[in-house]
Amino acid sequence: MKIAFTTSGESLDASLDTRFGRAPRILVYDLDAGSFEVVDNTQNLNAPQGAGIQAAQNVARTGAMHLVTGHCGPKAFKVLTAAGIAVYTTDAATVSEALERFRSGGLTRAQSADVEGHWV
Amino acid sequence: MIISVASGKGGTGKTTVSANLARVWPSPVQLLDCDVEEPNCHLFIKGGLKSQDVVSMRVPQVDAALCNGCGACSALCEFNAIASLKDEALVFEELCHGCGGCTLVCPTRAITEKDRRIGEIEVMEAGHISLVQGRIDVGVAMAPPVIRAVKDRIDPGKTAILDAPPGTSCPVIATVKDTDLVILVTEPTPFGLHDLRLACDMVRELGLPFGVVINRVGAGDERVHVFCRDEGVPILLEIPDDRRIAEAYSRGELMVDALGEYRGLFEGLMHTVQGLRTRTRREDHADL
Repeated sequence: MKIAFTTSGESLDASLDTRFGRAPRILVYDLDAGSFEVVDNTQNLNAPQGAGIQAAQNVARTGAMHLVTGHCGPKAFKVLTAAGIAVYTTDAATVSEALERFRSGGLTRAQSADVEGHWV
Repeated sequence: MIISVASGKGGTGKTTVSANLARVWPSPVQLLDCDVEEPNCHLFIKGGLKSQDVVSMRVPQVDAALCNGCGACSALCEFNAIASLKDEALVFEELCHGCGGCTLVCPTRAITEKDRRIGEIEVMEAGHISLVQGRIDVGVAMAPPVIRAVKDRIDPGKTAILDAPPGTSCPVIATVKDTDLVILVTEPTPFGLHDLRLACDMVRELGLPFGVVINRVGAGDERVHVFCRDEGVPILLEIPDDRRIAEAYSRGELMVDALGEYRGLFEGLMHTVQGLRTRTRREDHADL
């Protein structure tokens, strides 16, 4: 089972990026293998609009069925839900801390976006 | 002749200039309210409603049965208006600019287009003035398609006066583009001057002939006048700071009707504008 985390770094010690769409990287952790890979998300840093939509497609492509991030807006949430990906929001400081919370059942699956969308 | 009235700063008197200029124009004239987020010319030009039409733009719709999730559509879309997943594509109509590119690149022809309502256009007739007013729907963020629909109503046989939205961004560009003359309305205040500089940069970038109307002269300082002199920007009209003008405005009355002594100012503006147009035409020929 794969879990995706938004991050600005490249390792488990890196901070968890609280933004979903405009996080520079997505760390995908494989619970079964105990290993991870890092996927680039920087094409979104300068996107005029729809960064969350792009990021959601990037997560879907990794095969992860769970996403742990700081906040998630309505358009990204819609794409993630359509892709069957469960979303969890947390204030964990690092990826490893967020992973630990996920493992221990400390995260609750989000039922909706927790922040408002952006106008064009 | 197509004249656009823009400003940079909001509240400087675009509608005042547009509507009063239309009123004194000696021949049939079109007044086009391109400030589609908050059209207000109709408050001053009261006419009978002649027509009311819906403005739409073309947006994609995806036939899920035909979509193979290849991702060509989302890879093409600059605006991230379409998301491609394994076996479906999600459309975000509010982000779509209506280019139609996704329908062209879809290899399975799963994408077709449909109309999305974004606003409406009303035409009102008031004497020699034909008022064309665009109004964007609540919740729609992109004004330029509605503005272009308003400009599609321009009658080449008449003079057209376009009342632009404030600012210097896309809706203003969409309004002033392809017009023969831009009138920039400003006020003699630091804010007025600051935004006038931006507006001058904008029209110069677009290569359009322009001049300035200074409203509420006497309320501020001389810096706008100095700027115009130093930059060689013609001052087409100066409207004094007169409380009675604001009072007439607040009653929905045109300055040239309520305060007869100001009629001459706008007749003068009309002659200046017509003269500028003639001169511009002559210069065009000189270039050839």
